[in-house]
Formats: sequence, structure tokens, C-alpha cells
Amino acid sequence: MSFFALLSVLLAFTACDENQEEFNINDKGSITLEFDNIVGGQDLQLDKGAYTNASGEQFSINLFQYYISNIKLKTEDGREYIVPQDESYFLVREHEASSHEITLNNVPAGNYTEVSFVIGVDSLRNTMDPSKRTGVLDIGDEATGKGMYWSWNSGYIFVRIEGTSPQSPQVENGQNIFFYHVGGFGGYSAPTINNIRNKTLTFGKDAAEVRKDKAPSVHILVDAMKIFDGGNTISIAANPFSHFTTFSAKIADNYVSMFTYDHVHND
Amino acid sequence: MSKMMIHTFILLLLVFACQPNEDVINSGDIVAFKAPSNFPQPAYDLSKNPITKEGFELGRALFYDGILSRDGTISCGFCHQQQSAFTQHAHTLSHGIDDKITMRNALPIQNLAWQKEFFWDGGVFHLDFFAVEPIQNENEMDESLPNVLEKLRNHKTYPKLFEAAFGTPDITTDRFLKALSQFQLMCISSDSKYDKYIRKEGVILTSEELSGMEIFQQKCASCHNGELFTDFSYRNNGLTIGNPNDTGRERITLNENDKFKFKVPSLRNVELTRPYMHDGRILTL
Repeated sequence: MSFFALLSVLLAFTACDENQEEFNINDKGSITLEFDNIVGGQDLQLDKGAYTNASGEQFSINLFQYYISNIKLKTEDGREYIVPQDESYFLVREHEASSHEITLNNVPAGNYTEVSFVIGVDSLRNTMDPSKRTGVLDIGDEATGKGMYWSWNSGYIFVRIEGTSPQSPQVENGQNIFFYHVGGFGGYSAPTINNIRNKTLTFGKDAAEVRKDKAPSVHILVDAMKIFDGGNTISIAANPFSHFTTFSAKIADNYVSMFTYDHVHND
Repeated sequence: MSKMMIHTFILLLLVFACQPNEDVINSGDIVAFKAPSNFPQPAYDLSKNPITKEGFELGRALFYDGILSRDGTISCGFCHQQQSAFTQHAHTLSHGIDDKITMRNALPIQNLAWQKEFFWDGGVFHLDFFAVEPIQNENEMDESLPNVLEKLRNHKTYPKLFEAAFGTPDITTDRFLKALSQFQLMCISSDSKYDKYIRKEGVILTSEELSGMEIFQQKCASCHNGELFTDFSYRNNGLTIGNPNDTGRERITLNENDKFKFKVPSLRNVELTRPYMHDGRILTL
């Protein structure tokens, strides 16, 4: 055995020693991404919670939901796992606790240190045949796709937040309301706003250890306050509502910073 | 005089369609959707929604059923009447539920397989997704798509019609939208006197008609070109601004240059589709 061969065997053993445990990369396991919606430092409580944004405006939220799609995971050694496209669309709805947890199955074993995803729905899926728009993308489903689709200007709403604020000049049914419906995939035959945003979260020194018999859970905080002050200061008094407008790009730029990695459970 | 000649020519584009040729269709067969020889290739991908006799019949039943609206009164056929080339006659802006007035004048349903974008502003770019808007628009049918599907699922005959068309009685968004498309795709206008002349099917035009065609080709065909009589573009034809809130194509692109531009409509069956323009302001041809 040559010196170099001996050295590499030694190195290999050293590397193995550093791993928490051995695993076969052909094993498959699952991983859960948990989206925990908050506002500032507080838990998001629909209707009840009262919050104040950077413009000093009080507000409550009564609807908050957003699409997460095209999820990719990356291991510490750079292996990438891309969730199969047709299975990679999720709608996180604050009022539906089960939607806060996205469980991905058939994930190759590994120590994952990064997740990336699209906030919204990619442009290609926005142009697909109705048979390719099932599950949370079904525009004929009351609970999911229906409220997240513009029928007059065909395309999905990516992020939808609605609430009340005494500072809002918009009054409906005796309430001062605000709403932001943000979508826009770039246009079909002519260019227009593109509010598709990508997000990558790294897990710091942590790793989510996916094993055949171990399903880690990655906890992600989603701070709705960032919609108002995530870089662009958005005032409810000045902009009580937004749907398909050029202004919506500011909201989209803001909501990229809603998402932060918090911790991982490897039990 | 030249106006008369153009009018004479335009009358050549009159034809009724929307009846599949019964003698070529058997139950379950894929309907022979034939692109007329003088037409370009269809924009609609028929391989994704093969038209069958049962699918067409289901689509026709849905098209004429008020169940698609909130209170059962408004069907697709209410605004798209066959005798007016599938438009709503005698209203400038089309009327919908509770006699509410919509923002625009209903466009005809014809040759939709060749249409790349829908509505006066092109906001929907696939026929399958077209019907969702009138169903959910509060001035048209004021219903929700999920609720329509639920009513159909609980209906005594629709599950059977879906089974005949698609193999099982399941009523899904995909099947519902595709059945409506099957009916609309077969509304083809391609057998006018003009078409027969162009295809050399033994039709001779009078000298007045020929002069009208010549003037039309010189003066009108830069926008209303080809066998579909539209270049599918959005243009501001110089009309004074009617409803300032209806900025047309700009609502879709958010591009200032598209303000008050509307789709160049086909001129097929134009004698029947009156009134004219996106807001129906011109009553006669």
C-alpha cells in the first residue's frame, strides 16, 4: 500500500469519526418544514392579536396565507435534493394548523444544512393545463386555490394578507380594512410585474439529519410584520390595499425577509 | 360608395356554425376537429383535450345551464346567443345577473381554437380558463367555481354526463373546464361565401363584392388580417375615452403604452354581432 493510499484510508476514517452516525445515502427518509407565523416578536393570532408597524399604525390580521413551492434541500457536502415538481406546491394558511407543516418524503439520507424555495408559484405552472393544477393549485377548491387565483388576469396570488387598522381609510361593512393580494408571474405574451421571489435559508451550524428512521423537523419563523417594514416602509394609511399593481413589487421585496431559520429538531 | 362595398364584403363573412357534423361522429369517438384548409394551425392543443361527442354534449349542456350562476338565471348562452353569433344583442354593455351591467360588450364565441388570448384585454391566455371569470364576476354570474362544481356533483344528471364524457362520474375543475372548451372549440365559422370563394369551392363574387374585398385588403387588413380577420393585437383605434376606469390592455400589462388599447376583434359574422366596440358604443355596421 502506497503512502497516499494509506493516508486516504486514514482520512476516510477520520471523516467518519466526525459524522454523528453512519448512514447509507441510498436510504430514504422524510423531513418536515414547519412555518411558524409571527408578527414582530409575538405569535400571530388571527382577529385577536393587535400589532403596531414601523409607521406607528395599529393593525390586526384576519387572513394570512402564502404559497411555498419548488423546494430544494442541500446537504453539508453539497448534495442537492429537488422535490419532484408536481409534488412541490404548498399553501400555508394561518387558519389551518395542518398546513403549517410541510412534510417531504423520499428524501435521501443526509445532513441537510440549507433549504430554498419559491415564495409563490413559478411562471410555468401559472400557464399550465388545468390537469396540472391539482391539490392546493385547484382553482375550483374553495379552501385553497379559489382565493389565490385571479380569473380576470389569469394567475395565482402568491401572498394574501387581510386585516383591519384604524388608520386605514378603506371602509367596508363599517370596518377600516386593509388587504394586500400579491401575485404577478411576469406576463404571458407581454411582460408585466414579476413578484416571484426565491428564498434560501441556511441552518447555521445545525444540520437536519435525514435517516431511514429519523425524520427531522426544521422550524422556520415567518414574520408578517416584515410585509410593512422589511426594507420598504409600507403604510396602511397610504396604501390600504394592493392587488395587481406595480406597487405590489415593494410588498414582494419586503416579504422575502419574512422567512428566517430558527432551529431544527433531530429526534 | 367604398363604405358600401366594404359592407358588402363583410356580409360575405356571415355563417352560422357550432353543430358538429353528425354523420361523422359515433359515441365515444374523437370528434374530427378539422382546421379549415384556408385557416392557420389552431392555437389550442387538442391533444390535451380530445373532443368527443359526449364531451361536446356535456359542454353544450353546461353552456346553456343557469346552474353556473348564483341564482340559476344566467347561463353562458344568456350573453352569448347563437342567433347573434354568440353575442348579446341590443345591449351596448352586456347585462348579467340581477340585470347588472358589465364593463364591456360580450365578444362572439367563434373560432376560439385559433384565439391565443381572451377578453377585450387578453387577460386570460387559455380557453380552458376563460369561463372562470364570467362565472365569478359579480356583474355576470356572481357564483364561485367551487360552488358550481358542488351543485353539479349533487345534480341528478350531471354525474352521468361526466361519466359518459370522461369515464367516471367525478366532477373536477379540469373536466368541467375542458367540457366547456369542447363545446366552444366546435363553434367554427369557416363556411361563409368568402371562405368558399377563397377555397375555390365554385363560388363567384360579384364585381361589387370583389371591389369591397380589394378596398378591405387595402384599408382594413393591416389590423383585420388573415382568414380570422384579426392580427390578435391590442390597439387604440382613436375612440374617445368612454369609461376612464376601463384602461383595457393596460390592466393586464400595467404598461402605460397599453392604456385604452383593446383587442382587434375578428370581423366574422360582424353583421350579427352588433353593437360594436368594447363598450358597444356603435350600434350599426
